[in-house]
Amino acid sequence: MAKPRSSSILDPAILVPAIGASFKKLDPRAMVKNPVMFVVEVVALLTTVLFVRDLATGGSGLGFSFQIILWLWFTVLFANFAEAVAEGRGKAQADSLRRTRTETQAKLLTGSGNDWREVPGTSLKVGDVVLVEAGDVIPSDGEVVEGVASVNEAAITGESAPVIRESGGDRSAVTGGTTVISDHIKVRITAAAGSTFLDRMIHLVEGAERQKTPNEIALNILLAGMTLIFVFATASIPSFAAYAGGTISVVVLVALFVTLIPTTIGALLSAIGIAGMDRLVRFNVLAMSGRAVEAAGDVDTLLLDKTGTITLGNRQAAEFRPVRGVSPQELADAAQLASLADETPEGRSIVVLAKEKYAIRGRDMATLNAHFVPFTAQTRMSGVDVDGTVIRKGAVDAILKDLQSPGSAVRPVSPETLREVQAIAEEIGKAGGTPLAVARDGKVLGVVYLKDIVKGGIRERFAELRRMGIRTVMITGDNPLTAAAIAAEAGVDDFLAEATPEAKLKLIRDEQAKGKLVAMCGDGTNDAPALAQADVGVAMNTGTVAAREAGNMVDLDSDPTKLIEIVEIGKALLMTRGSLTTFSIANDVAKYFAIIPAMFVAFYPQLGALNVMGLASPQSAILSAIIFNALIIIALIPLALKGVKFRPIGAAALLKRNLLIYGLGGIVVPFAGIKIIDVAVTTLHLV
Amino acid sequence: MTPNGWIQIALFCAIILALTPLLGGYMTRVFAGERTFLSPVLRPVEGALYGLAGVDPKREQTWLGYTLAMLVFHVGGFLILYAILRLQDLLPLNPQEMAAVPPDLSLNTAISFLTNTNWQNYGGESTLSYLAQMLGLTHQNFLSAATGIALAVALIRGFSRASAQTVGNFWVDVTRCTLYVLLPLCIPYTLFLVWQGIPQTFGPYVDATTLEGAKQTIAVGPVASQVAIKMLGTNGGGFFNANAAHPFENPTALSNFVQMISIFALGAGLTNVFGRMVGDERKGWAILAAMGVIFVAGVAVTYWAEASGTPGLNALGLTGGNMEGKEVRFGIVASALFAVITTAASCGAVNAMHDSFTALGGMIPLINMELGEIIVGGVGAGMYGMLLFVVVAMFVAGLMVGRTPEYAGKKIEAKEVKMAMLAILVLPLMMLGWTAVATVLPGTVAAISNPGPHGFSEILYAFTSATANNGSAFAGLSANTPFYNVTLAVSMFIGRFMMIVPAMALAGSLAAKKTVPASAGTFPTHGGLFVGLLVGVILIVGGLTFFPALALGPIVEHLAAVAGQTFGG
Repeated sequence: MAKPRSSSILDPAILVPAIGASFKKLDPRAMVKNPVMFVVEVVALLTTVLFVRDLATGGSGLGFSFQIILWLWFTVLFANFAEAVAEGRGKAQADSLRRTRTETQAKLLTGSGNDWREVPGTSLKVGDVVLVEAGDVIPSDGEVVEGVASVNEAAITGESAPVIRESGGDRSAVTGGTTVISDHIKVRITAAAGSTFLDRMIHLVEGAERQKTPNEIALNILLAGMTLIFVFATASIPSFAAYAGGTISVVVLVALFVTLIPTTIGALLSAIGIAGMDRLVRFNVLAMSGRAVEAAGDVDTLLLDKTGTITLGNRQAAEFRPVRGVSPQELADAAQLASLADETPEGRSIVVLAKEKYAIRGRDMATLNAHFVPFTAQTRMSGVDVDGTVIRKGAVDAILKDLQSPGSAVRPVSPETLREVQAIAEEIGKAGGTPLAVARDGKVLGVVYLKDIVKGGIRERFAELRRMGIRTVMITGDNPLTAAAIAAEAGVDDFLAEATPEAKLKLIRDEQAKGKLVAMCGDGTNDAPALAQADVGVAMNTGTVAAREAGNMVDLDSDPTKLIEIVEIGKALLMTRGSLTTFSIANDVAKYFAIIPAMFVAFYPQLGALNVMGLASPQSAILSAIIFNALIIIALIPLALKGVKFRPIGAAALLKRNLLIYGLGGIVVPFAGIKIIDVAVTTLHLV
Repeated sequence: MTPNGWIQIALFCAIILALTPLLGGYMTRVFAGERTFLSPVLRPVEGALYGLAGVDPKREQTWLGYTLAMLVFHVGGFLILYAILRLQDLLPLNPQEMAAVPPDLSLNTAISFLTNTNWQNYGGESTLSYLAQMLGLTHQNFLSAATGIALAVALIRGFSRASAQTVGNFWVDVTRCTLYVLLPLCIPYTLFLVWQGIPQTFGPYVDATTLEGAKQTIAVGPVASQVAIKMLGTNGGGFFNANAAHPFENPTALSNFVQMISIFALGAGLTNVFGRMVGDERKGWAILAAMGVIFVAGVAVTYWAEASGTPGLNALGLTGGNMEGKEVRFGIVASALFAVITTAASCGAVNAMHDSFTALGGMIPLINMELGEIIVGGVGAGMYGMLLFVVVAMFVAGLMVGRTPEYAGKKIEAKEVKMAMLAILVLPLMMLGWTAVATVLPGTVAAISNPGPHGFSEILYAFTSATANNGSAFAGLSANTPFYNVTLAVSMFIGRFMMIVPAMALAGSLAAKKTVPASAGTFPTHGGLFVGLLVGVILIVGGLTFFPALALGPIVEHLAAVAGQTFGG
């Protein structure tokens, strides 16, 4: 599990530069990207010009106009500040990443041998092969083509424990900026200078390449539409007032307009987006696009590899099942002897079980004069030869085949034993385990029950996902019987047994054809097509270059269970936008009750009855509304950055909860807020 | 307010609820092209019509093709109606020898009937010949209703189809709607109305001598046939100037009650068509429930306001409610209920003078129209208007549950939001925009009969009614002037077609999408929460848009009346 890097929202190192940035962002070319706030800037400018004109010609009520205009500018600045704070948090991370990207020298291999010459890391081209030795910084992203080494990847993952990188296989990718600690490897460069993983990471956390996501675009359209509605609503007021025999000043009209348009969400929208990406980065997940983060919130089907995600990476011996006529002790003894030199986790677990259950102590291979026979892909067995005694353990069919082979010196297995062994093996398989047969001197002693250990707490997580409406599918190379048993134990909704890369790809396509969004994680090169096809493909950082290129997210901790958190972060992002939009629009009710009576009371005194808040005077009412409108932006910055927390309580309950907090709350809060500000404004004699 | 009044209201709601699944089921079969009990008779007629028109009923259209067909159809319909009105003095069936209708009034009337608004700037019995009424107006009554229903069905197909390019065939939908739905309902309905006492004759107006010996001309004509479709198709354009308040257009309490039912019947049935076509009838019921909540609240306010009367008259001892402008044979409850129904449903027929309602009683019809005629609404138009609001409501709600918003399995993305907002924007632009223009032009203000806030309400009501394609009027406004004839025609035109084109684009975009299966993460759209959400969004969006205008019109008028103040002049 990743440890989110902590950073306070109120870090002065971020806040102080953000104040400066708020002013820089007033540039209309930048503002125009945010339609709502751009409109506020335009009307603020317009009223300022009118104010200067009135100042020159000596108009009345200038003090009031000045304060309104001041708060209009504050509204724009607060919005810029929110964005700057969000960006500032990303920049702080980018700077720390940049520090690790020191100027490196690379040992470029020339010719076919080990001759190399030193060149600057930045001059490397894709396809160059470099030598990296202990203590060297890997100059750029690449793939190990020769050798094996331990690498410290703390620069990008924050995790200082070294990881193994080796050629061929699924752990061949290395990242520029990481350091080789031992041994040496030859690396073929796969990324040119400036486009390495680290560079992309810096760009991402800075938000420099941030593009609006689909939902954000749709929301912007909604907000622009709402803004237009309020243009019509306010622009028609002067002639309505003229009919009634009154006039409304431009500054009051602008004040009404700005408080009505959805400035709260307009101001915080881009901060919410940046903060969402940032939250993922803090979780050590890099999303290649905001689109991927949003898609994560929409995921319907989650494909999870069994090994490492649902079960602990290794099977463990759970039971010794001897055939008739053999005592469990005897079987345990033989199995333990055969496993003493077996360094695989399964082998070690047999030794542990024999000790725990039958108190068979560890023995020294050398003193026994034992000879270890390692596992090979041909024999599919391993074992030990001790003083003429031959002990073998392996897949049941492999052991039986060996015993019955024509070259075998021993007598064939009796049909009863054969049936008995097969029966035990089948029983174990049905229960989700893997049977491992043990034979001594040509006689089958029994079967070791290797069990897949389902990770603690995983069942609850799947139940949680189900409540979120997400279907989980377990992917495994096991046979269907075993897969079904583990699936039932872990509580997944479905499984794909004997999975091949093609079967995985087909499963994803089938789900997508049903209109579902699919997420998966993978690390191997053979996962690449499926990662590319999935709507959310999380590549493990330990994976191959191909896998990392194919996915749209990279998990720096290589923890497949993190998919669940990624989904939650995606949902939180959407919820924050929706909730603040609701809040913003609900706020308008109170603002109307503050400004409408204030506006019209001069010529229709009866409308004073709408002043339900009992605000002191028309001017204080208008000023209080616009101050509330500006301050609420500042007040909601922490929520925008933290995000509205997702709870797996079902969509209806979640909506009810958010409607209550942000809808009803959005109606009630400004009534109180405006009243309090009105009291303050009156006490301070601001109007 | 009396128990009897509430029983009438409850009975009305119960009958609508009972009719909804019946009409919904029947219409679903009609628009799916399935056999109905009328097929043996109508199938040959239908086939012959396609043959004559050269329409291949099997060939479906894209949303654009569908919309273009609809527009072409309307250009033709407009030209025919305009020509009939301009040339009625030369055409037959004109026993009263009516003169040709002037150009601006012809334009207004033609657009009015084309857009299902049926705004009456003309006085039926004093302006139009029988031919103009029957061939001109009644034929548009049928076709504008059929068009509305066809468009709603096309949008519903957008929701119900997956990965489809087409949304149906406009010619087939209009033909089937007219043949299988409107005509079969109108024929017995007309006979019922004749039984109730509505005239149906080609004979000239009747001269009668009154008891005092004065001579009176009593207007008659082919009234019943036009009233049937006027109500059923939510057209609302009366044969007579006094519309459904006229004893020959709405003679009895029973005819009044049945006319109210017929205004809502098809619109309510379409919610059920929606539910059936998207495969979950509860979704249709939920939409009807949202409409119902706003409707019943509106009825309660208007009934209460009218039954309470005005403080001014109550102070003089004239208690018993506000009967000004109401027909004694209907009374307060039937007038209040009729007013709310006719404005909720874009019908625009009136059985009482809305101008004479109390400030709050008259505000409800105004609000009903300002919301865009989505409370059951005009036949078809109410359904697609409501679905536009559903798109907006579900967009915000969907975000709040942490998913890309979806409704009926369709993802609501940028394009859908854009189209829904475009359509919704038309309402304030036309309603508030023209009112703002009209209230500052000196010549136009002179057209109002009451100064002060009530006069403001009259102007606002006119443009609201036109934009929402309702057609009812706060009769105090003398709107038969070139300015009002033209600006109201523009409002009706924009209010109808600027709503239809985005709605059809929405249909095309939805039809092309995949249908996402529902999961526990999907917000259920058939329960009380959905109904509450939808009602909330409609009231808040509508309320925020029109609050300043309402404050300066009915609200201030009401507050002044409570304070005992009047705006004489």
